[in-house]
Amino acid sequence: MQNWISAFSWLNVHFLLMGLWVTIYISVISVILSFIIGSILGIIRYSKIKFVSKIVGFIIDIIRNVPLLLIIFFTYFGLPNFGLRPETIPAAVIAMTVFESSMIAEIVRSGIQSVSTGQMEGARSTGMSFVQALWHVVLPQAYKNMIPTIISQFVSLIKDTSLATIIVVPEMMQHAQVIYGQNSNYILPMFAALAVLYFIVCFTLSVIGNVIGKHLT
Amino acid sequence: MIDIFTKFSGQLFVGLGWTILSSVIALFFSLIIGTVFAIMEVVPSKIARFIGRAYVEILRNIPLLVITMFFYLVIPKYVMKINGFTAGTIGLTLYTSAFIAETIRSGIQSVSGGQMEGARSTGMTYWQAMRYIILPQAFKIVIPPLGNQFVNLVKNSSVLAFVAGFDLMYQANSIASTTFDQINSYLVVGVLYLIITLPLSYYMQYLEKKLA
Repeated sequence: MQNWISAFSWLNVHFLLMGLWVTIYISVISVILSFIIGSILGIIRYSKIKFVSKIVGFIIDIIRNVPLLLIIFFTYFGLPNFGLRPETIPAAVIAMTVFESSMIAEIVRSGIQSVSTGQMEGARSTGMSFVQALWHVVLPQAYKNMIPTIISQFVSLIKDTSLATIIVVPEMMQHAQVIYGQNSNYILPMFAALAVLYFIVCFTLSVIGNVIGKHLT
Repeated sequence: MIDIFTKFSGQLFVGLGWTILSSVIALFFSLIIGTVFAIMEVVPSKIARFIGRAYVEILRNIPLLVITMFFYLVIPKYVMKINGFTAGTIGLTLYTSAFIAETIRSGIQSVSGGQMEGARSTGMTYWQAMRYIILPQAFKIVIPPLGNQFVNLVKNSSVLAFVAGFDLMYQANSIASTTFDQINSYLVVGVLYLIITLPLSYYMQYLEKKLA
């Protein structure tokens, strides 16, 4: 019991919550960037532009099929060889964005495809161009259906930021490691705290996603 | 890249072996655990449903790394000594089982309620109907999503690198730190991961199209 009280001293709790802030900060920036990039890539892949769509699709498939941890390492240790030397937080944001963009690109592409092709044909037959039909008719419906999937992708992004601890990004997992590194009796309290804090953040978001999903159908 | 591959091929194949071993063990056990919890989520008993739901939601909403490190640090301290590979594989199994439970549950629920009623009306008990009518159909539907879970599992097995699990990722770090050629070390390992995951995920896409 004594261990738990001293493990959760004000200083440690504050330090842990600072880590949570960095976790959320990295996740939010990465999800916004990957939403934009992923949407563009997903639309390109859907549009069947000669060669371009094929190449983009292949790159997306490759990124989706390697571990995120590998991308994090590559960003942090590999980029300096090209003359770029990102700090830890930007490196984490870059790695997360690269990985999540490809995930979101796939969500966007299958979201567009699930809006029946009839919608596209109908819009085209009224005289709209491909881009107009996509923008005014297909995308609004597709994005509406995608909201729950994108939220659950955001939840897994938040969980995945914990991997960035390996390049010493000062996020929650890393801060917990610093705390239990001082005293091995703090290991159990810190893991309890990590589990509870991650659970609260992720579960709340999952519930919001489910409510929106139910509301839409 | 070729240089690194030829020079360290032994080490790389050892890593590949551990990665595949861990993924297959985790897949096997998480299929069993996942099926059990999926069934718990759909049975009439409210308590069982609550336990099933709680298991899935808790494990799905905590990072894999936290679960794995828990088994690597907490269990040896309070319960018994386990090595990194075991701790990592247990973490992977539990984490994946929650996703598999969720997949199988949605499969069971998509097999229409009419099937259960029809089977019951022929005189089968609830469990007979579940075993012979519902589950076989549900498993058929969920093969593609389960395949995708296996792809995720192989990728997620890279957390073994955190706990000295000797897997591909761990070997990549070790090669990168001996050769100082990070780019090529990680590229080689990336290609090795892709050799497992890419054909599998293309095959699952093909199956999905075929079944749809």
